[in-house]
Amino acid sequence: MKKKTFAIFVGPSVFMMVLFIAAPLLSVLWQSFHVTQPVYEQVEVETCTPGLLGSVCTTELKTRPLLSENGKILTETTFVGLQSYRNVIEPEKLRTAIASGSWRDLMNIRFWAALRFTLAFTILTLPLVLGTGLLIALAVNNTLQRIKGPVIFVSLLPFIITPVIGALSIRWLFLGDGILTAGLEWWLDRDIAMFAQAWTIELMLYIYRVWHVAPFAFVVFYAGLQTVNNDAVEAAIIDGASRWQRLRYVIIPHLMPLVIFLTLIHLMDAYRVFEEIVGFSASAHVISLQWLTYEFLLQDGTGARAISRASASAILTMIGIAVLLGVPLRRVWREQMGS
Amino acid sequence: MKPRHCLLAGAMAVAANMAFADCMNTVPVKTISNAFPAYEIMTGVMAGCGNVESELDKDHRLKIVDAFSANPSLYSMTSLTNSTSVPMIDADLLRPLDDLIAMHGASLNPHQFIEIDGKTMAIAAFANTQHLMYREDILSDLGIAVPTTWDEYIAAAEKIQAAGVVDYPIGHYMKDGWNLAFVFVNHYLGEGGGFFNADWTPSINNEKGMAVLERMAKLGTLMDPEYLVSDTTFVTKQMQQGKIAMANLWASRAGAVNDPAESTVSGKILMAAGLRGSERIASTIWWDGWAIAKNISDEEAEAAMKLIVASMAEDVIQANNDDAIWLAKGFVPGDAAKGAFDTAAGDAVPYPMNKYIGSMHSALGSGLAAFMTGDKDAATTLADIEAAYVSDAMEKGLLK
Repeated sequence: MKKKTFAIFVGPSVFMMVLFIAAPLLSVLWQSFHVTQPVYEQVEVETCTPGLLGSVCTTELKTRPLLSENGKILTETTFVGLQSYRNVIEPEKLRTAIASGSWRDLMNIRFWAALRFTLAFTILTLPLVLGTGLLIALAVNNTLQRIKGPVIFVSLLPFIITPVIGALSIRWLFLGDGILTAGLEWWLDRDIAMFAQAWTIELMLYIYRVWHVAPFAFVVFYAGLQTVNNDAVEAAIIDGASRWQRLRYVIIPHLMPLVIFLTLIHLMDAYRVFEEIVGFSASAHVISLQWLTYEFLLQDGTGARAISRASASAILTMIGIAVLLGVPLRRVWREQMGS
Repeated sequence: MKPRHCLLAGAMAVAANMAFADCMNTVPVKTISNAFPAYEIMTGVMAGCGNVESELDKDHRLKIVDAFSANPSLYSMTSLTNSTSVPMIDADLLRPLDDLIAMHGASLNPHQFIEIDGKTMAIAAFANTQHLMYREDILSDLGIAVPTTWDEYIAAAEKIQAAGVVDYPIGHYMKDGWNLAFVFVNHYLGEGGGFFNADWTPSINNEKGMAVLERMAKLGTLMDPEYLVSDTTFVTKQMQQGKIAMANLWASRAGAVNDPAESTVSGKILMAAGLRGSERIASTIWWDGWAIAKNISDEEAEAAMKLIVASMAEDVIQANNDDAIWLAKGFVPGDAAKGAFDTAAGDAVPYPMNKYIGSMHSALGSGLAAFMTGDKDAATTLADIEAAYVSDAMEKGLLK
């Protein structure tokens, strides 16, 4: 392709990437090193508020932001270096926890607790998603032609449902005396509270993610199965290969690029786990890195946000994804160079 | 959901009568407000006047600052409380209402006005607080006197638990985040604690803070073990379904727990004053009302003002007397309001109206769960929350 044609085709995409991805990223990076604060003044204010039994008036010294001429809150921005990062990862507490060798102390620092869950979530769900997806694909591939359509549709349903809605509906199945909890209680003949301790919630988060994402792996694998070379499979059958051996030595090697593709997508997605924490109200027991960012970004009762720590936390999340993706990407890179 | 619709329909019916009286509205007005019965009633009346679009959202506080900063503002008016008024007034997003009140507000009570430096910035519709709601039948069956302090409440709950007449003796809004922090705030005030030193540095890591945490842990053992996901609506439902015997709950739910359309135990629940800590009643007084955006046309603001007045007209209040502790004319305190009035007549204080408590409240909101789950001991929890407050307040420019 000519250089000019290439530029014309790629140009719009590059422009969009710069505008909507690179520029905001740079702004987040910049904000993580700076702090923007309103300029406050102390003023005496008389306030009258309604009580049940009549107005209550008080005069007190209040901290109020100064307004600029055009009516916006006056702010000043200062460079703080790595202070926001320190506020997020809390290195002093980390050092004490490591020195005392206490896992519990480490897990009491929000960032490290979030990192622990995020990593466990990402790594544990990966093989389950790949395995379940492959199993469904093989099963569908081997069902009767007549019912294939409906089976594919049903298998895809969990993926079609909006994540938050899916998480909420599963939560309602288990919350309080939800029908599944009630069913389990009846079956096991004991009192069960799924939302009362961390491990049951964490288990539900894992199961939910696998349920939700496996259909995507299924679609990709199912498409891959259609391209398996039938001659190779027949040759294997003639050589006396069992069903398992055909899967292990013919089909899976053929699907390997798809496995890597799915791994990359899953690592990126799962590391940003967030909807599940909201949907299952899991924040009291387990939080993820993305939740931590959200928590900093959330307005407090009086409308203020911790933008700098949120930015620092977002940048740390990105670094985490980059590190995780490094392993499979290097493999792809080597294969590309090799071929 | 059905009862809600009935309720709205009821409000609409009232509104329909009024629409022909004096609240024809021709200017398009958009409202945003919290979502519970009192606001459903008021926005229902406004809808009856015509050309009103209402959004009811439990998380409205997260939207209003940005929405009202736009020019023109995305909404004409919003519901407002002690706490949500702070950022709105700081950023100068509300319109002073004195001129509009002079024109249209003759029917309002003067003690409904929120005045700041002599200017009326909002109009309160009702007051809200938290107080005891209890199953009269259960308490009298077991011969338990109505508790007045948290210690008596815990003792009563233990007796009810031993008798095994309900699933759990009590319910409490202890959902992780704002709710859990709010429980601490109320109890800490009830112990006579102040959250800050004179220079706004935190002061919760002390005996009073420890006492509050100890009590919260005790309460946790008397509730559904899933209490860390239980918000006010969840507790209201527990009460309505007869699963709990007592709760210290928002007064705005006093009508709903006895509503025959929703509650299986309607009529059996009585109200009493908020429970006392060792110093004072461990409840806070809130006002709830309406404020009008600054960045809208005078015409729209005037229409909004007329709608606010119409939504608190005497006949509306009379028709919905038990759904809130109305501050407007026409309200006759009934059985449902008894708890709130006894709380206010006692020594409960208003929820603080300053910026520092916002930062403290969110530090509590993210720091308390670890104590409730048993991951942290009380002293570490309080020290960590103080540290979280300091770093948060410093980032927000409140502390140097």
